[in-house]
Amino acid sequence: MTHDFFVMLSKSWGLFYLIFLFGIAVAYALWPANKEKFDRAAKSIFHDQDEK
Amino acid sequence: MTFDFSPAERDAAIGTSFVAILIGVVMMVSSQSAAFTTHGAMFFAFGVLAFFGFAKDYNKPQAQPYSRDVYYDTPIKLGILLSIAWAIFGFFIGDWVAWLLAYPDLTFDAAWSSFGRIRPAHTTAVIFGFGGNALMATSFHVVQRTCRTSLPGRYGPIFILLGYNLFCLLAVTGYFLGVTQSKEYAEPEWYADILLTVVWVGYFFVFLNTLARREEKHIYVANWYYIAFIVVVALLHIVNNLAVPVSFGDTKSYSAFSGVQDAMTQWWYGHNAVAFFLTAGFLGMMYYYLPKAAGRPIFSYRMSIISFWGITFMYMWAGSHHLHYTALPHWVQTLGMTFSIVLLVPSWASAGNALLTLNGAWDKVRDNATLRFMMVAAVFYGLSTFEGSFLAIRPVNSLSHYTDWTIGHVHSGALGWVAFITFGAIYSVVPQLWKRERMYSPALVEVHFWLALAGTVIYVFAMWNSGIIQGLMWRTYSENGTLTYSFIESLEAMHPYYIARAVGGLLFLMGGLVCAYNVWKTISSSKIVGRVSTSPDGVLEGAA
Ligand code: HEM
Ligand code: HEM
Repeated sequence: MTHDFFVMLSKSWGLFYLIFLFGIAVAYALWPANKEKFDRAAKSIFHDQDEK
Repeated sequence: MTFDFSPAERDAAIGTSFVAILIGVVMMVSSQSAAFTTHGAMFFAFGVLAFFGFAKDYNKPQAQPYSRDVYYDTPIKLGILLSIAWAIFGFFIGDWVAWLLAYPDLTFDAAWSSFGRIRPAHTTAVIFGFGGNALMATSFHVVQRTCRTSLPGRYGPIFILLGYNLFCLLAVTGYFLGVTQSKEYAEPEWYADILLTVVWVGYFFVFLNTLARREEKHIYVANWYYIAFIVVVALLHIVNNLAVPVSFGDTKSYSAFSGVQDAMTQWWYGHNAVAFFLTAGFLGMMYYYLPKAAGRPIFSYRMSIISFWGITFMYMWAGSHHLHYTALPHWVQTLGMTFSIVLLVPSWASAGNALLTLNGAWDKVRDNATLRFMMVAAVFYGLSTFEGSFLAIRPVNSLSHYTDWTIGHVHSGALGWVAFITFGAIYSVVPQLWKRERMYSPALVEVHFWLALAGTVIYVFAMWNSGIIQGLMWRTYSENGTLTYSFIESLEAMHPYYIARAVGGLLFLMGGLVCAYNVWKTISSSKIVGRVSTSPDGVLEGAA
C-alpha cells in the first residue's frame, strides 16, 4: 500500500475502469433498440395529469 | 393542508413526537454546556409542537384512504412553503453579511452576529434550507408524476421534511451560539449529524420505494439525477462527519481524520456537495420542469443519459482542486484539475440540451417569465461550469484562490443557476398543487424575474472585478522585489464593489419577497380549478 502502488493503480486500472464505464453508458444511450423507449420517455411527462 | 394519515400512521406520528421529546429531555439532563441544553430544549419543543399538530386530527376519519392512484401532495406543498421561508431568511442574512463586509460595524457589538457566525447561517439557510426543501418537494412531485404512482406512505415523507427542518434549525441556531465543527458546509455538530443521517436514510427508502411501485417501465431521467443526489449526499455526509464527541453531554466533537487527510475528506465532501446537492438535484428539476413548461420534450434524451453518467463519475474526482498548492500531493491536485476540465463536457451537454429544448419555443420564453427563469438558469449553469473548469487550472487558481473571484463563481452558480431553476420550478408547481389556474399575478413573476436577474448580474460582476483586482494587487511586485500594495490597500480597493454586491443582493432579496407574496396570494385566493392540470403560463392542458 505505497504511494507508488496507488499511482500505478489509478494510472492503469483507474483509467480503464472509467473508459469501460463510459463505454457502457454510451452504448446504452446510443443502442438503436433503445431509441423508441427514450422517445416515449421524453414525451411521457406530458401525460401526467393530476388526477390519474 | 391536512396530513390525512391512516390510523397506523397516526400512531407512528405520535410515537416519533414522543421520541423527539425524550431525546430533548435526555439532552437537557445530561448537558454540560448551555448550547447543548438549548438544543435539547429545541428537540423537546419540536416534539411537543409535532405532538399537538398530529394529535389534533387523531380522531378524524381519513378523508381519502391511501391508494396508489392518489398522489400525495401535502409534503410537496409543505416543502415549497418551507423553502420559500428559508429563502427569505437566507437571502436576508446573506445581504447582511454583504453589508457587514462593507461596513464592519454592522455586528452591533454582539458575539452571535459576528461574521464567523452569520456567514455559515447564510450558507446553511440557502443551501440546505432553501435548496434542500425545494429539492425534497420537487423530487416528491416529479417521482410521483413520472412514475404515475403515489408515494409509498404518508407519514414517511412528512417525517423526513420535519426532521430535515429540525436539522436546519439546529444548525443555524448552533452557529449563533458558537457551535460548529468548522468544516465548511458541514458545520453542524455530531448530534445534528446523526439526526440528518436518520432523515436522509428515510428519504432514500421513500424515494426508492416509490420507484419500485412505478407503473411506467422506464424511469424518467430526472429521477436518476434525484437518486444520484440522495445516494451521494448520504455517502458524503456520513464519511465527512465521522467524529468522536468529547462527551454525550457536549456539543464538541473531534473528526476521525487529521491533517491533510482531513482536508482532502472535507473537500471531497465540499466539492461533491456542490456537485450532487447544488447540481445533480437541480438538474433533475431542470429535466422535468423545463421541457414541461416549454411544451417540448427534452432535445436529446440520449445526451441527457450520457451527461448523467459523465457527471456522476467525474465529479467524484474533482474535489482536490480546492486544495491547490497545499500539502496535498501534487499528483492528487493534478488529478482533480484534469477531471475538472473534462467535467466541462457533460456540464455543457446538459446546459446545451436545455437550451436546444427551448429552440422553437422562444416565443414562450419571451412571454412567460416562469420559463424564462429556467432559461436563465441553464445559461448560468453553462457559465458557472465553464468558470469552474477554468478556476480549477492550477496557475489560474493561484490568482483566484482566496479572492472574491471564488465568491463570484459561487454566486453565479448559486443565484443564477440554483435559485433561478428553483424559482422556475416553484412558479410551475404552486398553481398546479393548489389547483389554481395560474399564479395570482403573472406581472409579479415578471417583476421578480427582473429583480433577480439584475441582482445576480450586479453581484457577479462586482465580485469578478473585485476578485481579479485583489488577486493582481497581491502579486504585484516593485523593482526591489517587494509587494507594491499592502493588504489594507487591497481592502480599500474592494469597498465600492462590496457596496455594489450588497445592493445586488438587496434586489435579489426583494425578488424573493415578491415571490413569497405572490405565492401567498395564489394560495389564499379562492379560485379553484377542478380536475384539471394547468401549465405554468395558465393555459389549461385539459382534463384527464
Ligand atoms: C440575496 C442573495 C445573496 C447574498 C447577498 C449573498 C451574500 C453572500 C456573502 C456576502 C457571502 C460571504 C462572502 C465572503 O465571505 O467574502 C456569501 C457566501 C456564500 N453564499 Fe451567498 N448570498 C446570496 C445568496 C446565496 C444563495 C441563493 C446561495 C446558494 C444557493 C448562496 C451560497 C453561498 C455560498 C455557498 C457561500 C460561501 C462561498 C465560499 O465559501 O466560497 N448565496 N454569500
Ligand atoms: C464543471 C463544474 C465546476 C467546476 C470544475 C468548479 C470548480 C471550482 C473551483 C476550481 C473552485 C475554487 C476552489 C478554490 O480556489 O478554493 C470552486 C469553488 C466553488 N464552486 Fe465551483 N465549479 C463548478 C461548478 C459549480 C457550480 C454549478 C456551483 C453551484 C452552485 C459551484 C459552487 C461552488 C462553490 C460553493 C465553491 C466555493 C467553495 C468554497 O467554499 O471554497 N461550482 N469551484
